[in-house]
Amino acid sequence: MVNIGCVITTPGSSKNNKTGSWRTFKPILDKEKCIDCDNCIVFCPDSCVNKQHDIDYDYCKGCGICANECPSDAIDMIKE
Amino acid sequence: MIEIRFHGRGGQGSVTAAEILAKAAFKDGKYVQAFPFFGVERRGAPVMAFTRIDEKPIDLRYQIYNPDYVLVLDDGLMNVVDVFSGIKDNTEVIINIPEEYKGTGEHNIYSIDATGIALDLLGRNIVNTIILGYFAKKTQAVSIESLVEVIKETFPGKIGELNAEATRKAYEMG
Amino acid sequence: MIREVMTANKAVAEAARLAKPQVIPVYPITPQTTISEYLAQYVADEKIDAKYVKVESEHSAISAALGASATGVRVFTATSSQGLMLMHEILFAAAGMRTPFVLADANRAISAPLNIWNDQQDSIAQRDAGWLQIYVENAQEALDATLMAYKISENPNVLLPSMVCLDGFILTHTVEPVEIPTQESVDEFLPPYNAEHAFLDPKSPMSIGNLADPDYYLEARHDMQVAMDNSVEVIQKTCDEFAEIFGRKYGLIEPYKTEDAEIIFVAMGSLCSTIRVIVDQLRNKGEKVGLLKIRAYRPFPVEAIDEAVKNCDKLAVIDKNISFGIGGALYTDIKAKIHKEAYGFIAGLGGRDITPESILEVYEKTKNVPEKEVTWIGLKEE
Repeated sequence: MVNIGCVITTPGSSKNNKTGSWRTFKPILDKEKCIDCDNCIVFCPDSCVNKQHDIDYDYCKGCGICANECPSDAIDMIKE
Repeated sequence: MIEIRFHGRGGQGSVTAAEILAKAAFKDGKYVQAFPFFGVERRGAPVMAFTRIDEKPIDLRYQIYNPDYVLVLDDGLMNVVDVFSGIKDNTEVIINIPEEYKGTGEHNIYSIDATGIALDLLGRNIVNTIILGYFAKKTQAVSIESLVEVIKETFPGKIGELNAEATRKAYEMG
Repeated sequence: MIREVMTANKAVAEAARLAKPQVIPVYPITPQTTISEYLAQYVADEKIDAKYVKVESEHSAISAALGASATGVRVFTATSSQGLMLMHEILFAAAGMRTPFVLADANRAISAPLNIWNDQQDSIAQRDAGWLQIYVENAQEALDATLMAYKISENPNVLLPSMVCLDGFILTHTVEPVEIPTQESVDEFLPPYNAEHAFLDPKSPMSIGNLADPDYYLEARHDMQVAMDNSVEVIQKTCDEFAEIFGRKYGLIEPYKTEDAEIIFVAMGSLCSTIRVIVDQLRNKGEKVGLLKIRAYRPFPVEAIDEAVKNCDKLAVIDKNISFGIGGALYTDIKAKIHKEAYGFIAGLGGRDITPESILEVYEKTKNVPEKEVTWIGLKEE
């Protein structure tokens, strides 16, 4: 079941672990309010926000850091 | 098997002497072992070193408590440590001392002015190889040829040549 | 082949040179220091084509060793006492990541009180790390065991690191004749390490030292136990191959006059030399006594020990370590696995000289049944 030394030979295999399932609160961005400051991109610990500020819900754990850091209150945390 | 104990001071080359003796006896075809009194070495402090020589492999791994020979590199040590500790009736003691040792007559004690030879030939008071020359003659436990060879290997160049000469001189005095 | 008078430290350095390690991260500590000095000199003199990594601590030394080994190259390191203690954390990682490098440990006591002299507490304290542990008796065996350690560790059925344990000062600072094998014969015995499970290659990427959740960890640890079990056979086989090329015979254990012995001493390391002399002396007086030298402490060779002691009445186990609250580590292992009347003796801690008298005392006490299961030898009374 495990190989010698527990090595992982498939690069990027952590992608298989869809951490989005851990989420209880979901960040919803109102692009009308967004001022393109990119704070959410910088602060997201899971790199779930792309340059267009689309949130990757497959991996977003719902930590809410983006909502907390957003200077224009464009992100709301909504219960799943 | 013969067991030899060296008494010296840190920095005088007792450990080197014990190793040179072992290497020379090894060249003579003997089995050998040499080791320092284990621990921290400090210049000037009394130190000991040990050599065992035998015709068969040596399986003893503890300090030498009852030596067959004791070599004292510095007579000043005799006020500080008991160089006669554990000696047997037939133990022979060789002391580097300027004048004849006037101690107890119960033991086989030989005196040699190794310091005199050292100052004369080396210009420094380094007596560790010199006392080995005297030891070689007195005991025949090691050949002077092997001794000189190992001394030259240990100290390459002029210093080795001078040491070898001093050692031979002490051998002739033995 | 050359015969030369040298310390066990130099013998280990010679073995390391002959094994051709590519990376040597070492931090000096008494009484291991001269090993690191010799190796640094060999690298400087280009006698070995290795990277000598100067590190700032033993924790770094073993971390560098582990990292280098994980790239698939042969690695050597050495330490002693407090240095091995500082390595403790990474010892487990090295075994778990199955990096088969070799560490020489100059056995020395552990603080406090501060003591630089010999006992075997340092390596015994690492016994559960997943490393193979071989205890050697003399300088020649230190050289031979270091060479064999690579072959054993790198065996695909083992792939666990090895610790060669040599008694501080008693071996590390004692000169005696040692046979240095030729590079050709060593090359024949020990081909280059070919890593198949752990290496760093951009073309074939892998992640090493990963998180293993409860779904995986148990299996990973079980695999290490299987590897350790496998190593019993591999050690014996490697010793046999070594004997064929170099003529010197070793094994998991070394029994001496045990066949008809009533009392058998059990011990590890340099102490076995003196015990062997005492066994002969006692035999001359008609005493039926023998010695069982344990070379491989991990894996613990239960079957071999069982076979060697099957005819005896009593075992006298001498430990140069103490597991407080129970007794010496070797003694407790023997008690757990070998069904014989056995008594434990703690001796030689912190460099206290183990003399023939000490060994005779162990014998007399064992013969007459000691008052306590574990007796301290040479303890000064008030």
